[in-house]
Amino acid sequence: MMTLKNQLPSNIITTKVDQVLNWSRASSLWYLLFGLACCAIELMQTGGPQSDMERFGSVFRSTPRQSDLIIIAGTLTYKMALRTKLLYEQMPEPKYVISMGSCANCGGLFQPAYSVVKGVDKIIPVDIYIPGCPPRPEALTEGLIKLQEKIKREKFLVRSTQQVAA
Amino acid sequence: MTLEEIFKELQKQFSTVPLELVVAKLPAAAGEVAGDSHIIVPADKLIEICRLLKVSDLFFFDCLSNLTAVDWKDRLEVVYHLFSYRHRQHLELKVKLPVDNPTVLHPTVPTVESIWKVANWLEREVFDLFGIIFEGHSDLRRIMLPDDWVGYPLRKDYKEEEDYHGITTTRPKLLQ
Repeated sequence: MMTLKNQLPSNIITTKVDQVLNWSRASSLWYLLFGLACCAIELMQTGGPQSDMERFGSVFRSTPRQSDLIIIAGTLTYKMALRTKLLYEQMPEPKYVISMGSCANCGGLFQPAYSVVKGVDKIIPVDIYIPGCPPRPEALTEGLIKLQEKIKREKFLVRSTQQVAA
Repeated sequence: MTLEEIFKELQKQFSTVPLELVVAKLPAAAGEVAGDSHIIVPADKLIEICRLLKVSDLFFFDCLSNLTAVDWKDRLEVVYHLFSYRHRQHLELKVKLPVDNPTVLHPTVPTVESIWKVANWLEREVFDLFGIIFEGHSDLRRIMLPDDWVGYPLRKDYKEEEDYHGITTTRPKLLQ
């Protein structure tokens, strides 16, 4: 009994539940394997060995049902918008959205076009906007880190039901 | 075979049909037509002329490399780009469709699907973006835009809808 008591300081840490939950969620942001246009090439590059998003615990999943994060990488057309919204709705809570590049942010270069949605925030709520056309892998990595910082500030247990619904 | 020779041969074969040869230049000087030289064909004789251009050994335009349209406000033009692999020869045909009558929303032109199979998708694309009806087409649906899309975006008088399935089509400018 005494030996176990002596071992306590080296085996047990005390922390807050929110902090542990947020740390675990921020460190395993699995993103949906989903690309729309040229930004998707940079997204692949960011997941590749040079930038290596995996060192932040971020790997791609081929199904929305296992994803925590959707990165809107590219020009969103109205035809695709309805399908993108469906993918987002299939993701389990808590879920996050990164809008990558000018097209996803506001329509970008194609804003005057009849077929392009003027920003992905018109259909789903966006957490992080990354400017650029397309953003470099460094920019997307920074966006991911910013999202992790945001997640670490969250109070998951005391979130009101209204916030969850929103 | 030059364009003039093709045109003369066509005139010989279709002596009663009003054909027009337009010689164009790029860049065009004053009074010249810019672009590619082409032959203007009446819509009602299009099928017969195209069939001859494809099957006769003299022309043998076995490939329809492009089919598109242009909105000139007073008229719509359907443009056919033909190519002969045997003779290494290009030819451009145009059909003029007047749209001065506003009650006629959908000008019609016969389909060339029976001559070049590829025209199926190309004509669907032109229908999708210009609203031109290709008479006799086997499957004239929209090919790229959603099925419930309203209007024909490449027409000069196209007005964008206010919203699409609840998504507003405008974004306020922040720097104003």
